[in-house]
Amino acid sequence: MTEPDGRGRFGPYGGRYVPETVIPALDELEETYQSVKSDPSFWEDFQYYLTRFSGRPTPLYLARRLTEKYGGARVYLKREDLNHTGAHKINNTLGQILLARRMGKERIIAETGAGQHGVATATVAAMFGLSAVVYMGEEDMRRQALNVFRMRLLGAEVRAVKSGSRTLKDATNEAIRDWVTNVRKTHYIIGSVVGPHPYPTLVRDFQSVIGQEARRQHQEMEGRLPDYLLACVGGGSNAMGLFHPFLKDGEVKMIGVEAAGEGIETGRHAASLTAGSPGVLHGALSYLLQDDDGQILPAHSLSAGLDYPGVGPEHAYFKDTGRVTYVAVTDGEALAAFAELARLEGILPALESAHALAYLKKLLPQTRPDQSIIVNLSGRGDKDVEAVWPRLEERGDLL
Amino acid sequence: MNRIHKLFSRLAAGQGKALILYLMAGDPDPESSLEIALTLLGAGADLLEIGLPFSDPLADGPVIQAAAQRALAAGTRVEKVLALMGRLREMTAAPQVLLSYYNPILHYGEKRFLEAAAQAGVDGLIIPDLPLEESEVATGGPGMRSLARANGLELIPLVAPTTPDGRLAEVGKREPAFTYAVSLTGVTGARVELSPDLETFLKRLRRHSRVPVAVGFGLSRPEQVSRVRDLVDGVIIGSRIVQEIEGIPQQGLETVKEKLAILVRGFRRALDRS
Repeated sequence: MTEPDGRGRFGPYGGRYVPETVIPALDELEETYQSVKSDPSFWEDFQYYLTRFSGRPTPLYLARRLTEKYGGARVYLKREDLNHTGAHKINNTLGQILLARRMGKERIIAETGAGQHGVATATVAAMFGLSAVVYMGEEDMRRQALNVFRMRLLGAEVRAVKSGSRTLKDATNEAIRDWVTNVRKTHYIIGSVVGPHPYPTLVRDFQSVIGQEARRQHQEMEGRLPDYLLACVGGGSNAMGLFHPFLKDGEVKMIGVEAAGEGIETGRHAASLTAGSPGVLHGALSYLLQDDDGQILPAHSLSAGLDYPGVGPEHAYFKDTGRVTYVAVTDGEALAAFAELARLEGILPALESAHALAYLKKLLPQTRPDQSIIVNLSGRGDKDVEAVWPRLEERGDLL
Repeated sequence: MNRIHKLFSRLAAGQGKALILYLMAGDPDPESSLEIALTLLGAGADLLEIGLPFSDPLADGPVIQAAAQRALAAGTRVEKVLALMGRLREMTAAPQVLLSYYNPILHYGEKRFLEAAAQAGVDGLIIPDLPLEESEVATGGPGMRSLARANGLELIPLVAPTTPDGRLAEVGKREPAFTYAVSLTGVTGARVELSPDLETFLKRLRRHSRVPVAVGFGLSRPEQVSRVRDLVDGVIIGSRIVQEIEGIPQQGLETVKEKLAILVRGFRRALDRS
């Protein structure tokens, strides 16, 4: 259930739908990853940087006022926002840069939506002295200007992508084209549990530190396992990282929250699991947003990190098996949750994470005080302040 | 016998080489595509590769990306591409290959797509994001390679300079009508120079496969064609053709057809000169 088959399939999903040119690089990556799996020195290195560089373990924090307000289950926040660079993305980039070094690659490329993965990539590349190029949609560069400056300060080259919807989907296309061109010396650090095999597996494994810590921390604090896990899902890496170590615990319910944008019924959303259908995008078979002729549809979300028409193949599998429930919340609901967490808990969540918090408010009335919920607070919201402020002012009721 | 097989056996018997030209269906509209296809054949093309536009063509450079955008904006759909190829089949016996990314085919239904393509007189398929393994793996069915064969279509595999020897041999064992050798590590698009490793790669490919080889990606000048002709059975030219088609809105279809005919005759001469 938890390992893909020899061809990188989770049930029917996954695979390697990429140009022939990069197939040998995927083989090399898979071989390298298989070899480090049983090499303790690799995991010691990984642990060293997670601890000393990123500041792990991140706390599991009881959100007291939020819990009191709703009177239901006790709400714990997994504070991935307290990682160095401000989001869970660093877990994966640390793991992948160590792999890149083992493979002797000199150059790093990445795609980014909200810019958090781009910043995390630029950060680890700077730390190891490798050159980095980050592809980012022009529209996202506008929405996440602060992160563009951060990447440039860290020495990365940010390349504006002007094709298509000028967001994460198009940045990923350009990163793949770069990789096809420079594959011999370049490692492509994919930022989520998407893309061709073995990426969904190795990104998941590097992010699983979130769930491993949360499981242990919750045991210490509550003496048992949580009743619910809640996380936002764009590509799905923070959700997969939290969920995976709990998969075999049948009593733990898991909920992935997608972006419903302006509303599922408007067609302007990014909810590929909730409202999409199976197809192939960026190297894997999974759920995606497509029209009736198999053309990929642009996604819509206020949150740049969720603004993607696809999702990781293992999530597609969990949707079909029913192990994880997938729901969607709108831009407006996420905004309200963003503002609420700031006022109630003194924490500005990333707009992405605010989607999980928005669903929390719907879930809590169905829970009891003797239950508990872990919400993955996947990133901090400083990057979103500029985009969120005018929307909050418009709303009036939220400030 | 499939028309592509026939073409390569005929050429081999007379020491000839195949000129394979690409155009995007529906760029800028289906009628123009049909006329351009006939112009290319009239000026010396042996085989046409007709592109089905896709929203996210990740193996293509800017020229073919833009062509796909124009074709989609003009309302090109799977059914219209197949109808265009069906009309072309009524007018010519030349082999025609459909180039499509995998998702439109998967969404249409693999079996239904192949039956419709066979009906339209399509002789082969090139799917740039369907490597060997995935063409034989089931997404609920028997896989594209055997489905294509069952419908009398050839699934043309791509090999690249990064493809190791063992994989080249595996591709050769499938005995496709020809192998599409990608001349460089990169996406489609006209280049000024041939890749310095090209000769080594093509010789390596020959050692591991007896299947006819056509080389493409980056070829844009008759001099490049002359340099490569003795190493291959055919050449594929795409972006350079599409660059001319781009000019139709400004220059008019007739002018572009004339320019294309001159361009193609230049490639033909370079290929025929021994």
